[in-house]
Amino acid sequence: MTTTTLAVLVPLLPFLAAVAGLLLGRTAPGFVRPLAVLPTLTALVLAVLVAGRQGGGQAISAATELTPTGSIPIELSLYIDGFAALVAVLVGVVATCVQIYSTGYLRDDPRYPSYAALVSLFTSAMLLVVYSGDLIVLLVGWEVMGICSYFLVGHYWETPEARAASLKAFLVTKLGDVPFLIGLFALATDAGSFQITKVLGTVASGGLDHPTRIALLLLAGVAGKSAQFPLHTWLPDAMAGPTPVSALIHAATMVAAGVYFVARLLPVFEASAAAMVVLAVMAAVTMIGSGLCALAQDDIKRVLAYSTIGQLGYMTGALAVGDRGAAVFHLLSHGAFKALLFLAAGVIIHAAGTNSLAAMSRMSHLRDRVPDAYWTMSVALLALAAIPPFSGFFSKESVLGAAEHVATGHAERVPGSTGWIVLVAGLVTALLTAAYATRLWLLAFRGRGTEAPDHGRQPLSMTVVLWVLAVPSLAFGGLAYRTLPDWFGGRDLTPTLLTSVLGTGLALVGLLATYGAWQHTTALAARVPMGAVAAHPEGGAGLVEEEAIVGHEPAYGDVAYAADPADPGRLLLGPLYRHAAVGFHLDAVYSALFVRPVRAGASLVQFLDREVVDTYVRGAAALPRLLGAAVRRAQTGNVQTYVSALLAGTVVLAVAVLLVATGA
Amino acid sequence: MHLAYPAVLSALLFCTGLYGVLARRNAILVLMSVELMLNAVNLNLVAFDVWLSKTARDTLHSGQALTLFTIAIAAAEIGIGLAIVLAVYRNRGTSDIDRLRDTAEGHETDGPDSDAPAAEKAEATA
Amino acid sequence: MSLAAAAPHGFLSPNGVEIAFLLVGLVTFGAALVTVTTRQLVHAALWLVVTLGGLAVEYLLLTAEFIAWVQVLIYVGSVVVLLLFGLMLTRAPIGRSPDADSGNRWAALAVALAAAAALVWVVVDAFRTTWIDLHGPAAGSTEVTGASLFQNWVLPFEALSVLLLAALVGAIVLSRKAKAETTGTPTVPDARRGRAEKEGAR
Repeated sequence: MTTTTLAVLVPLLPFLAAVAGLLLGRTAPGFVRPLAVLPTLTALVLAVLVAGRQGGGQAISAATELTPTGSIPIELSLYIDGFAALVAVLVGVVATCVQIYSTGYLRDDPRYPSYAALVSLFTSAMLLVVYSGDLIVLLVGWEVMGICSYFLVGHYWETPEARAASLKAFLVTKLGDVPFLIGLFALATDAGSFQITKVLGTVASGGLDHPTRIALLLLAGVAGKSAQFPLHTWLPDAMAGPTPVSALIHAATMVAAGVYFVARLLPVFEASAAAMVVLAVMAAVTMIGSGLCALAQDDIKRVLAYSTIGQLGYMTGALAVGDRGAAVFHLLSHGAFKALLFLAAGVIIHAAGTNSLAAMSRMSHLRDRVPDAYWTMSVALLALAAIPPFSGFFSKESVLGAAEHVATGHAERVPGSTGWIVLVAGLVTALLTAAYATRLWLLAFRGRGTEAPDHGRQPLSMTVVLWVLAVPSLAFGGLAYRTLPDWFGGRDLTPTLLTSVLGTGLALVGLLATYGAWQHTTALAARVPMGAVAAHPEGGAGLVEEEAIVGHEPAYGDVAYAADPADPGRLLLGPLYRHAAVGFHLDAVYSALFVRPVRAGASLVQFLDREVVDTYVRGAAALPRLLGAAVRRAQTGNVQTYVSALLAGTVVLAVAVLLVATGA
Repeated sequence: MHLAYPAVLSALLFCTGLYGVLARRNAILVLMSVELMLNAVNLNLVAFDVWLSKTARDTLHSGQALTLFTIAIAAAEIGIGLAIVLAVYRNRGTSDIDRLRDTAEGHETDGPDSDAPAAEKAEATA
Repeated sequence: MSLAAAAPHGFLSPNGVEIAFLLVGLVTFGAALVTVTTRQLVHAALWLVVTLGGLAVEYLLLTAEFIAWVQVLIYVGSVVVLLLFGLMLTRAPIGRSPDADSGNRWAALAVALAAAAALVWVVVDAFRTTWIDLHGPAAGSTEVTGASLFQNWVLPFEALSVLLLAALVGAIVLSRKAKAETTGTPTVPDARRGRAEKEGAR
């Protein structure tokens, strides 16, 4: 088979699996698991093959126009360069792991067939985004991911949290997608084509008329999809979905789509210095803010969600300094270790029967119950904190190195200020990341108190996946930083000495500071008993998680926050703690800025509809009703009356006809 | 004989029957009036048949044949009609046409449709 | 009324048959009027006999003798008897009933008068100069009628027998259905009525 055929099959197979899964889900439940896992696995193998054949060389491009569609043609096209090939492999790996993990995690879930089909559809959409060479086709995958995300976040739709979170995820990403769509149209109008190659050609020849406007419009969509400030608020709430969904969508793939999109079209953004500065500021605010928030969250998955936002901030920061190689490098390594973090968190939640760190910190021996999750999560947290030699270190250093490169004025296209912004924010975030990673690890695995309940070993499908993902978390960065520049055709990704020392040093500072704070506060834990576990701790993992999410608010008063004096984050953040726990009140601001005006508008429209429009409608109905009442009186039920009227009419007609006929 | 005599007589009889159909309250009297109307038509048929058989040398005698048919049909009709009237009478206790107003707008189901009247109805159609 | 309408044409050359027809016609019309206006229900049926008999005489005067006897046999013989049965079975009051006419009578009168005026006007206007030749062989003797009936009208005649059969079967079905549903035994008048109905259908 040609490489093009293989590449077409990669997104097509999961799509067919999704269709088949939706059709057969009820009638043939035995086929659901193979249908979920095998096509995704095949797609992974094919993606690896495609990557091997592409090999970082000349980009593979193929296009076919189905039908003429007006002034600017829309084509089904592939454009596979080194970025696309590697990101597709990442998507395949994570999707396969998640599908295998889900067979164990949602073992007893009655809605598993539709869940598996939606995950397949989601995978297919992400692969379409990755491989597509046409912006409109890319948009199709982009929007399919949005709707799949809506369904999957709302998987536990019996719970109000999940319903609200799915709606919020959908609305916030759509809020970004509207300017994104307009930006795409503007871009295609300027370039005369939706083809990425032609767009890039136009940009290279300076043919773009409104670069800043287009770049800012596109950035809105990217911010929505990749959860960047100020559109990031949906991601922490989306943790109300099942853990595998969080791993797949909200760590490794969907949120990566925005970064990947910017990486593909980076020359468009580079054409506007203003856009690059905006991108840098956005990245910096996102990184630092999310780091602070992550330090105050009580829900283990929300900590990870905020860390995802922060790591995505690193990627956008790398893009802001014009180094897409570093951005995609971090995307790949982050995809691996963040998927691992989430999946391990799922195992921990199952074992502990709660998603609350405050409750876990009062459980001893939790790490003995889930040794696989303990070791792999430790690896992943070290990768997250960018401790050498884990893969996160290399990718993060490549970002910081790129920023330093720009800050010191070695880049001609990007303003030096962006470099400084990204560098400083990145270093601060390195400190924060190490701090919250340490806090998570200490609270989850170093708890003291009653012994954690023993529910036996976790299913094999869940633990094996963790080890599979631990390998790239551990080794990918170190092995890949030398070869990746060949694939990306960009700058050298080797860590520079200065940033390495600075970044690692700050990370160690954060680590030690958190440890010290924890030593100080952990004695308080015994004094304040806290914790609520799921009502059915021996049930399936999905059920336990659902109950844990529902139980958090009644137990602690908030979805995200627990008033735990033993939390080292409280000591570290001081007065900031309260604000960080609620995401710096951004939800309240949105509520005041958007939700309440929309509600007020809705009640106004309702008033207009009920009182004004309906008055006209009722008025219009009154006349027919009056006529009807009059006519109703004629319906006496007396047959003789009817026949009299009938015959009278007949006589009148006959006489009229006679008069006409005789000419009278 | 002048053709106008039977024709006018037929017209008047028809209108008399018409009045009866519209004005009579008792259903059987209405049936009588229907008979009157039918007979008026019969007279017309016979008169025109006689006229045509002489002047137009018509040998089919269609008028008289039709008259016979009408008489036969009228006989069948009066049998079935009376059966219906009797059924209604057994069912409703009246054969007054202007009291049979079930199709009236805003009619409440005051008609007897419980068990006893059903038995009555069954009896009536026996 | 008949007189007034027919006077300008008919009275110019009245012969015996015409005078007889006119007189019998007056009686018939008068009897018909009484039938539809009388307040005594049984009297209405009896006046109907007069009307139908008068019509039979008119048929005779028009030389349609077979029709005349059929009229006497079926109408006077069975239909009126059936109607009387009907009146009795519905317990029609014997004697004057004050409410024999419905409230619709004035509308009915208007419609009937309008129809009469229109019809008489049209008929008189159309047949002002048309005469029936009653000389020569009778137009409706039994032989002539029979010949035309069984030569030219056999098929409709047979179809008519099917109709009568249908009426008969209808009567039987009504009775059977009632028997299946009824709880008590059928009353004697019911059975009699069923027989009479069949006779009438024949």
